[in-house]
Amino acid sequence: MLYIKCPYCGLRAQKEFSYGGDATVKRPNINEEVPSEDWDNFVYMRKSPRGKHIELWQHIAGCRQWIKVQRDTATHEIFQTAKVTEEIR
Amino acid sequence: MQKYSVFSLIKNAFSNHQNWEVAWKDPTPKSEYDVVIIGGGGHGLATAYYLAKEHNIRNVAIIEKGWIGGGNVGRNTTIIRSNFMYDANARFNEFGMDLWRNLSQELNFNVMFSPRGIINLAHSDAQMNAYARRGNSMRLNGIDAKLLDRDEVKKLIPMADFSDEVRFPIFGGLMQPSAGTARHDAVAWGYARQADDMGVDIIQHCEVTGFDVVNGKIKGIRTSRGDIKAKKVGLCVAGSTNILAEKLNMTLPIETHVLQACVSEPVKPLLDGVVTFGAGHFYISQSDKGEMVMGGDLDGYNSYAQRGNLPTIQHVLTGGLALFPFLSRLKMLRTWGGIMDMSMDGSPIIDKTHIEGLYLNCGWCYGGFKSTPVSGWTFAHTIAQDKVHELNSELRLNRFSTGHLLDEKGLGTKTWIG
Repeated sequence: MLYIKCPYCGLRAQKEFSYGGDATVKRPNINEEVPSEDWDNFVYMRKSPRGKHIELWQHIAGCRQWIKVQRDTATHEIFQTAKVTEEIR
Repeated sequence: MQKYSVFSLIKNAFSNHQNWEVAWKDPTPKSEYDVVIIGGGGHGLATAYYLAKEHNIRNVAIIEKGWIGGGNVGRNTTIIRSNFMYDANARFNEFGMDLWRNLSQELNFNVMFSPRGIINLAHSDAQMNAYARRGNSMRLNGIDAKLLDRDEVKKLIPMADFSDEVRFPIFGGLMQPSAGTARHDAVAWGYARQADDMGVDIIQHCEVTGFDVVNGKIKGIRTSRGDIKAKKVGLCVAGSTNILAEKLNMTLPIETHVLQACVSEPVKPLLDGVVTFGAGHFYISQSDKGEMVMGGDLDGYNSYAQRGNLPTIQHVLTGGLALFPFLSRLKMLRTWGGIMDMSMDGSPIIDKTHIEGLYLNCGWCYGGFKSTPVSGWTFAHTIAQDKVHELNSELRLNRFSTGHLLDEKGLGTKTWIG
């Protein structure tokens, strides 16, 4: 079981959260001409690194907020969590 | 090569089975090969075998970081099927079924292919309609499909919960009678033994650390046992594709996730074929040893760990118990995990790349085992002829940018759901 520290609620079990994927993927700007390659990268292409990975989780059975989590994809160790508006470095 | 038969078995019994030939050699890597296949799993071994057999390319090496068959070909739940709706997937896997049917004879190795059938259960009228449609699509592609009503399902799996109180009553199911299971390790070993006999070098405990690409053309690979020159390189490393892609500065439509499976203690024969639950993600079959082999959902977050967490196993088995209440009395023997190339539409990629001489075989999600022979067969063709075969002409990398997706489950790009 992973334990994720929600920035709003504190340390909670993984079962309260649902996963939202890579948090570093940026949606192309709206109201601009977007090349199809940019859409391709945004929708489909993923680095999926082995090691540190910044990802989105939603505290679905808690405060329902989306949060950012920095986690090691090989060891499952969680280094940092942050509000979705904050940056993880 | 020594032929395996009942006579060789009797002959070797007289010498206490001490004089069997080694099944494959342990060669030192040569400095140059015509084709290097990275990844000594089922697909890599099958590719090397078909390169030698179908295309007479025998100066081939398989480079494996660990030991052959130690990855997903040794970790799967051994299900073989071709019950796909889309033409590209259906034709591809039905060609594979034909290869499976003759595989034991062809490899002179008993892969224990057992076509005992698969039933996908339906729990609503809408699901029955969807299965009728899929069944019709399958039959149009020459694949056997049978729509079963509730009573027909009950005759086949009377131990399922057919009571009135269940949350998800069984309405019926879609059956592919020719689907089945096989002995997974034997598939890897059988291909390895034949490939080795035709001159393929199987190099184990050799990690690929980099690639030599000059002017957009592959020249060779760098490994923990020295540099190896190669005219062509095939990547067959589902589960680690993103790691090698990073070394090539490639980004792929793939996320890497862990999938768990588990087996119960062995019991007497109870369940004949493979059964999948239609109201949750759970599938089950019984091995020849009597163990119940079960699996279901991904753990649901990017992972390279070949192990998972208990909440997922609990969740999967909750679905299992809803379908088969008898499971509550069985002890679990073990659980394990394997890492999956989850492609963004749930279908695999067998293609050339933008680098000349570099070929890609990846994105198998958690359905790679059933496609082992046809994957090797088509990948060998793609490498040898430098062009895709008709069978993998829709399993290309550019289908994501052109919009020709093969999203069999209609789930979109949330790979962790599928």
